[in-house]
Amino acid sequence: MSPVRELDVGTVTEAVKDLCITANYDLPRDVYEALERAKKTEESPVGVEVLKQLLENADIAARDRVPICQDTGLAVFFVELGQDVNLVGGDLGAAIDEGVRRGYQEGYLRKSVVEEPAHARRNTKDNTPAIVHTTVVPGDRFKITMMAKGGGAENMSTLNMLKPAQGWAGMSQAVVDTVSRAGSNPCPPVVIGVGIGGTIEAVTLLAKKALLREIGSVHPDSRIAAMEAELLARINALGIGPQGLGGRTTCLAVFIEEMPCHIASMPMAVNVQCHAQRHKSVTL
Amino acid sequence: MAVKKITTPLTDEVVRDLYAGDAVEITGVVYQARDAAHKRLVALIEAGEPLPFDLKGAVIYYMGPSPAKPGRPIGSAGPTTSGRMDAYAPVLMRHGLKGMIGKGLRSAEVKQAMVDETAVYFAATGGAGALLAQRITANEVIAWPELGAEAVARLEVVDFPAIVVNDCHGGDLYEEGRAKYAREA
Repeated sequence: MSPVRELDVGTVTEAVKDLCITANYDLPRDVYEALERAKKTEESPVGVEVLKQLLENADIAARDRVPICQDTGLAVFFVELGQDVNLVGGDLGAAIDEGVRRGYQEGYLRKSVVEEPAHARRNTKDNTPAIVHTTVVPGDRFKITMMAKGGGAENMSTLNMLKPAQGWAGMSQAVVDTVSRAGSNPCPPVVIGVGIGGTIEAVTLLAKKALLREIGSVHPDSRIAAMEAELLARINALGIGPQGLGGRTTCLAVFIEEMPCHIASMPMAVNVQCHAQRHKSVTL
Repeated sequence: MAVKKITTPLTDEVVRDLYAGDAVEITGVVYQARDAAHKRLVALIEAGEPLPFDLKGAVIYYMGPSPAKPGRPIGSAGPTTSGRMDAYAPVLMRHGLKGMIGKGLRSAEVKQAMVDETAVYFAATGGAGALLAQRITANEVIAWPELGAEAVARLEVVDFPAIVVNDCHGGDLYEEGRAKYAREA
């Protein structure tokens, strides 16, 4: 029997607080470099100006320790809980929420959560509750990833219950249509996470997890890598451009993940992410 | 890019001289208002009650900032998606609103109202909230503080950068810009 490692949830609270703040202040290196590359290749003068502003904005946020964007997002977490970890000292969900509460307060981050969304839409004033997705994995590590997910791009995302006969032609068209309809709304250049397969809840989670991949990384399955390249080219041919003002840079990356599904089904989810692609992980 | 410098409140004469694609720098007072504030503003108009600010020539910035750090007038302050205010914008234009700053597509009704009422829609760069905050020199909440980031605030801006998307002549940079750079995949 492998030894069990104890982990105090207070440690998780501290880690969550730091993740919320740093994810919102520091644009990941891969995103920054993708914007720099786009600035060199963009043909639209307005598009170049927008990309310059985004790079300067990231520099100011990192230097002055302020949020990259005022929409500091819903706090979404992916937890990989090692099955040999024994969490002590309290409730894990409450510990994560406490970390969010402190991080959004101490980091001067915007509180963007409303409760009773169908009627009162009352702000909870501390950006809780967090949205937490937990997977139990082998081992004695506890890995937690924070994603600050803004509303503007999330609103443009789609779930498509396609017919198996529609195949890749139908799937790829649905992705392009999602980005085309969204136009300037989700703050392009966007990053697109695509989930294929599973069930309605599994496929949307798969699409969101796809957004955690590093820009520039190549999918290990060469068929999927080719699909990603094809979609990136088609989306960038739309002409939407930075902020939708016209140009070649509409999308920085397309990430596709797939999973098995029912013989009758072809679920596909498209999670749209703005250029402020903010996420950060820590292993405890 | 050549930049047109404009000051608020806007007059019809200034608005008529703005065309889709123009880069502008705005100086003067603009009013921060987004979803919840728009619902309340229109309810006041419908009830015939006074508004928290004079709409004549006014510019509204669709924005809900992050909290200000000590010693700063405002936190990060980039635009939010304007389409959510489409249901309210034509009424406000009929009561004097001349300019809107935001990001994203507007409805056919809003674009028609800009032509009919001589008004203009500017895009600021979404996700550049740290940069745009540097052009905001003063910030005073003037209505509904209980709405937090959705309250109405009077902002003073200096050389605030924006692009004209929809002008009062029917021009639409989102359509024109996209058509110019679209190509066969």
